[in-house]
This record gives sequence, structure tokens and C-alpha cells, in this order.
Amino acid sequence: MSDRGIISPADRSRPLVRWTLGSGQVVILVLLALAGLGPILWLAKAAISQPGDIASNPLGLWSGQPQWQNIETAWTRLRVGPALINTVWIALGNWAVSVLVATTGGYALAILRPGYAKFVNGALLATLFIPGVISLVPLYLTVIDVPIIGGSLINTYWAIWLPAGASAFNVIITGRFFANLPAELFEAAKIDGVGNFRMFTSLVLPLSGPIIGVVSLLSIIAAWREFLWPKLVLPDRTKQPLSVMLPSIRDNVQVNLFMAGLLISVVLPIVIFLLFQRYFIRGAGLAGGIKG
Amino acid sequence: MTRTARWIRNGGISTLVFLIPTLLVFGLFSWWPIARGLVLAFQQTNLVEPAQWVGFGNFRKVLADPLLLTAVRNTAWFALLALVFGYPAPLALAVFVRELRRGRALFSVLAYLPVVLPPVVAILLWRVFYDASDDGLFNTLARGIGLGPFQWLQDAHSAMPSIVLEATWANAGSTMIIYLAALSGVRTDLYEAAEIDGASIWRRVVHVTLPQLRTILMITLLLQIIGTFQVFTEPFLFTGGGPANATTTILMLLYNYAFINGDYGGATALSVLLALFLGLLSLLYFRLTRRWGTT
Repeated sequence: MSDRGIISPADRSRPLVRWTLGSGQVVILVLLALAGLGPILWLAKAAISQPGDIASNPLGLWSGQPQWQNIETAWTRLRVGPALINTVWIALGNWAVSVLVATTGGYALAILRPGYAKFVNGALLATLFIPGVISLVPLYLTVIDVPIIGGSLINTYWAIWLPAGASAFNVIITGRFFANLPAELFEAAKIDGVGNFRMFTSLVLPLSGPIIGVVSLLSIIAAWREFLWPKLVLPDRTKQPLSVMLPSIRDNVQVNLFMAGLLISVVLPIVIFLLFQRYFIRGAGLAGGIKG
Repeated sequence: MTRTARWIRNGGISTLVFLIPTLLVFGLFSWWPIARGLVLAFQQTNLVEPAQWVGFGNFRKVLADPLLLTAVRNTAWFALLALVFGYPAPLALAVFVRELRRGRALFSVLAYLPVVLPPVVAILLWRVFYDASDDGLFNTLARGIGLGPFQWLQDAHSAMPSIVLEATWANAGSTMIIYLAALSGVRTDLYEAAEIDGASIWRRVVHVTLPQLRTILMITLLLQIIGTFQVFTEPFLFTGGGPANATTTILMLLYNYAFINGDYGGATALSVLLALFLGLLSLLYFRLTRRWGTT
């Protein structure tokens, strides 16, 4: 299909349209750069400034000698380093549980389709309809005293990993992806006497790279953004991720060291975003379609 | 062959094995808490003694709380401001970017960057920007155009708009990406037809583009309302609900009920009320997405 949009090639040759488009483009680009890049660059500058410079001249382009040791001090003395490792650890667990649940659940519900699949599907869909807010308090009480298994998950990462796996959105999009794989593949495998397990490991998984990519990205980002839940279930300071630990130290540390701590915590998300832009942007478009 | 034997031969057991992670995780951490929440809303418990049934007592107590009206008003104010600040801009931006022949990716990446920052970090950074002293970043900027200094977060009138401004900055990029994705599905032959009929560029936007985006516009509107009615992190970290409860939202009230006062019954009653309201909205949302998915 041609790439024509609202404005046709004929319009584009008119001086007024050309001028408006051109200048609009520049103005919007400058505004976007200020809004998108500005705060990050300011943060980077503040992180290696003297505390006095941030307070007295916030708009100064550069302020004397860069204080690289701020980063190191924040990493060790403010314990930003250990908190970053906690965050990574939480993200890895979320990723593993989410991918396990989404692929096995999606496979069972969309490909194997036992008779009771429609009940499970219905129960999954229902959780999309029901706003998460209703289960915040009971989920907390559940984690304090887990039924069947018994005992408390407070101050363990399982309290974050296991509920993170309960994402109906992930199971449903993975199931849809599997259902769209060519059905002949599964029929042929069945005729050849391939069992359910081998079909999963040697046929479904090798084909599900793209959907595993989306689920991985969604679960890792969610882990990085979470605040209230880890705050509730990880009262032990040495186990807290960045999002919980940073607000708690804010009032007691020098502003430049605090900015260094913030900078450390945004580096990985920004790098991951720049590396996987296309997936992010596809994922965001997708999430707009089905997510509740 | 018995039915059970046939079921096993057809892979019934292995199917169940594949479902175990799903059933376990959803059972324990989704379905059970939801069911328990519905029960808990009618109980009084301190987790030590057995729970007592109190009928609609929790609901009566929550509805009689004078702070509830304040919290509902604040949350609605947040939602309204978020619509005014953040609803039209991403749409306009997406329509414009779609028309560019070069550099679309650059615009998308720049717009999406704030979304990538973890919300807590963004909020803590903006708290520095909102420094109320003369030398705060935003006050320095305001002085440049002859305004201020403002008390931003410390003033009961400006606290909520300040919070919404940050929230809008943090979220607008993702809405814009959704619109960009939707715009790629707009039928371009209609533009040609409109042009032949002599419709100006502006009229093409209004009469061709926007009508085709109708459903997605409705969806983002509902998503935004559902999201803003559950706002917590921003007011919690910016102002703690102050000054004088000017930024206490429904979810902050719920947090206080459960985790400050230990009133789990009251908190779940409040969450059931909020969930009923949001459930109606998301029901509407799902009907729309289904229609959107088939067209």
C-alpha cells in the first residue's frame, strides 16, 4: 500500500503547507527533546555536581569539576548498588514465572484444549474484568498466610514473583499466538505419535520467540515500575528494590548523591529501551488493544 | 476401555500437568484473593481472633467517613485534569508524526522516553524540579517569564495540578504510540476521495481521520479514567495526600484504612465499591475492544 497520509504529494508542493510542516516539525522536535531528553540530561548533570550548584543554579549548563565520586558514593554508601541487584533479581524471577505460566497455560488452553478449557478461560477473562484494586488487601493477607502451602512469604521474593505470574493478559496473548500457528503442524505431529510434552518442547517453543519476547519485556518492565506491592511485602530494607528504597532515603542524604542514585536506577531501563525500541513500541500498541 | 482410561490415553494427564502452573498461580494469587475480598468486605478481622460477620457494617462505616467525599472529589479532580492536560496532546502529536516522511522513529523514541523511566524515579526527580524556593528549577524558569515563585506542591490549589502535570508527562508517550499504531490502520483511499472532493487538510483530519479512530479514542478514554481512579504512587510520593488532604485519593484512603489503621474490612469494603464502579467501565471497554478487534 502507498504511504500516503492526510497530506497528499500535491499539498506538499504548496509553499504554505511546506512551510507549516517544516516549522511545525522543528518546533515539535525541540519541545519533545526538551520534555523527553531534558529531564534525563539534567539528572545526569546533577548527579555529578556539587550539592551547592544544584541549589543555586539549577539551569546552569555546566558546573565546574565533574564529581564522578558521587556515583561511587551512592552505589556503596547509600546502598543503591545492592538495591539495584535486588531489582534485577525481582525482574528475573518475574520473567521466569511469567514466561513459564504464559507458555504452559497458553499451550494447554489454546492447543491441547481439554473439555474444561472454557471454564479456565472464563476464569482468566474474569480477572481482566475485575480491577486489581479489589484484591490488593486480600492478596496481602494471602501472602502473609498462604493457603495449602502454609507459612508467610513476607520478606521473600516469592511474594512478588508468584503474583506477577498471574497475568491473564500474558496467558491470553500467548494462547492467541499459539492458536495462530499453522494447525497442520500439530496434526502432523499427532499422527506421527508425538506426545504433548515433545510437541511443546520441540514444536511450540522454537516457534514462539516473538511472543516470549513480548511477555519477557512486559514482565521485566512491570518489575522495574512496581512500588506499592514490593513496599508492602518487603519490609526488610536489605531486600528492597530501588523503587522502595529510594523514597525512604530521600530526606536524609545530600541532593547530589541522591541524584546519582536516581541516575544509576534509570540507566538500565533506558539502555534496554534503546536496544529493543521496536518491541516496546509494538508492545505498547498491543497493550492498548486488549489490556484492562 | 473405561472413560478414565481413554482420558489418560488421550493425554488428559499431561494436559493437566501443563495447566498446573496457571491453576496454581491464578488460584492462589488471583482467584482466591478476589473471592476472599468479597467475603472480607462483610467481616471484621484483626488477623488474631476469628473474623466476625458484620453485614453491611463496613460499607456503612466507609460511606459515613467524611474523608471519603474528599477523596472521591480529589480523585475526580485528578481524572478531569488528566483528561484536560493529557488527552488531546498525544492525539495531535500522533496525527502530525504520522504525516512526516522522515524521522518518525526519532519522534516516537523521544516521546516514549519518559514512559521508560520508573515512575518512582520520575516522581522523585520532579520533586526536585518543584522545589518551592526561589532557586527551584521550575521557579527559575517561571522567573524567566516574570512569574512566581510558586509553592507548587505545598499549596492546596496548585498541588493537584502539579501532580497531574508530571503524570501527564510520564504517560503521554504510551498513548501517542497507541494512536500511531491505530493511524497505520486508517484507510488511505478515503483521503484521496476527500481530496478529490476538495476537502482541506484540516477537514480531512476532522471528517476522515478522527471518525476512523473513534473506537480507539473511546478505549484510551476509558483506560485513562480506569487508571486515574486508581492513582496512588504520585500523590503518595509527591505530597503524602497533603496539604490539608488536598491530594488524598481513593486509593490513598484505602491504603490508610488497611495498612495504617489495620482495618482490613473497611479497606476491602472501599475497594469493592471502587471495583464496582471501575468494573462497569471495563465492561464497556471490553465490548468496545471486541468490536475494534473484529473490524
